[in-house]
Amino acid sequence: METLEILGKHLAVDKDGNLVNRADWNEEIARAIAAQEGIGELTDRHWAVIRAMQKAFDRDGDAPSIRRLTNESGVDVKTLYQLFPKGPAKKAAKIAGLPKPKGCI
Amino acid sequence: MRKLVILGGGTAGTMMLNKLSRVLNEDQWQITVIDDSETHFYQPGFLFIPFGMYGQKDVVKPRREFFPMRANVVISGIDRIDADHKRVILDDKSVVDYDYLIIATGAKIRPDQTEGLLDDEWGKSKFDFYTLEGAQRLHQFFESWHGGRLVLNMTEMPIKCPVAPLEFLFLADSYFTARGIRDKVELRLATPLSGAFTKPKATEILGGLLEHKNIKVTPDFGIARVDNERKMIVSYDDVEVPYDVLVSIPTNMGDECIARSGLGDELNYVPTDKETLVSEAHDDIFVIGDAGNLPSSKAGSVAHFQSEILFKNFLDRIEGRPMHSSFDGHANCFIESGFGKALLIDFNYDVEPLPGKFPFPGIGPFSLLHETRMNHYGKLAFRWMYWNVLIRGAELPIDSKMSMAGKVAA
Repeated sequence: METLEILGKHLAVDKDGNLVNRADWNEEIARAIAAQEGIGELTDRHWAVIRAMQKAFDRDGDAPSIRRLTNESGVDVKTLYQLFPKGPAKKAAKIAGLPKPKGCI
Repeated sequence: MRKLVILGGGTAGTMMLNKLSRVLNEDQWQITVIDDSETHFYQPGFLFIPFGMYGQKDVVKPRREFFPMRANVVISGIDRIDADHKRVILDDKSVVDYDYLIIATGAKIRPDQTEGLLDDEWGKSKFDFYTLEGAQRLHQFFESWHGGRLVLNMTEMPIKCPVAPLEFLFLADSYFTARGIRDKVELRLATPLSGAFTKPKATEILGGLLEHKNIKVTPDFGIARVDNERKMIVSYDDVEVPYDVLVSIPTNMGDECIARSGLGDELNYVPTDKETLVSEAHDDIFVIGDAGNLPSSKAGSVAHFQSEILFKNFLDRIEGRPMHSSFDGHANCFIESGFGKALLIDFNYDVEPLPGKFPFPGIGPFSLLHETRMNHYGKLAFRWMYWNVLIRGAELPIDSKMSMAGKVAA
């Protein structure tokens, strides 16, 4: 099992580098992952997307695709790309402590 | 009389029709298949048409040639499924009742979903190859093209046959080399994925092939619109990729009748149990092939493996037994890599494509994730198998469950 060092802790990650254990996740960890991903400061709008993503995952057992994420979060695609450049669904899932969306097969 | 209705007479629907026709007693079961056209397309063959390797005759046959005598064939569009009353309403508002329904309505390309894609230039400088007409127009275009920038863009995932875009580029490299103008053609893949494919090991190997063949990649590219005046595709984060010819894999969506029936997700795919293949909303509706929302590839081989699971679960269900068969997401795909060679990948929900050997009784083994001529012959032989074995619902010597035999684990 691979691990990622965040805030001095070695946390288990999957082959995509996403956290394996949701229990390892908290807001502080999220901010640290965001920094590693080059996202910078997490604003209220970032958090709204992260929360929507976690809610959808808890309900569906899968992180939502971009299309579904726009419906779930009420944030349009253009804005999602501004908040999470280079693949909003993928990046937001990683910061939310979730596996990469299965939508892309 | 019990009534089974199958929506869609494509690969998945025809396989189920043939399998179930053989075992459901004719005195007790009426089987109806509904489709809006008389023509069956061999969709995997569309890939070869732009390069003149296949023509129309290779990919088109009458649907009825593959339907059993006893089937009640209805050629009509579907207005909607009224699942609460177990009936299907056709375009002319006539009604077909069912006890059990199998949805096999597939997925279609929707160029209308991307701003600026579907206009006067569609079929002139912007093409698809997921339809027969699109592939034929592209062939005509290539015949007289003298070179320039060819960009292949996948709009969004999931798409039917996720390896087809790569195969297209590999074949284009081969085709333009044979025509002596490869040095005048720039080939580029603009993809919403972070690399060549969706699974790590295959991405590494296929990415290496792209590089070796001098095919450039623009990863993480989420297309927002086509700027037709400047001949560029523009991403949501304002990356611009100029083209002379754009080959698009437009957004793939399930049939509109699924949306009209209130049975679909945001892409009109029917939420389906990924193991039993039963609709999540209605336990008298089964879903097979591209029509469902399973996290498996949308491909004929996947529909074939699903058909064996669905067949057993359907028989359990009508006899009142618990359904005991479970789909594992098995996919098996040849990947054409140009110059008369191909690769083979074999994977499922949990196991990514791995290198090694793939046993195939009689003619195999094939090499996994490795370019060989043998794999290319396998791909070409598949067309014969498709028309003569697969859609007739006969057995193929490949297990519906993925096997680790021959694979080299990472």
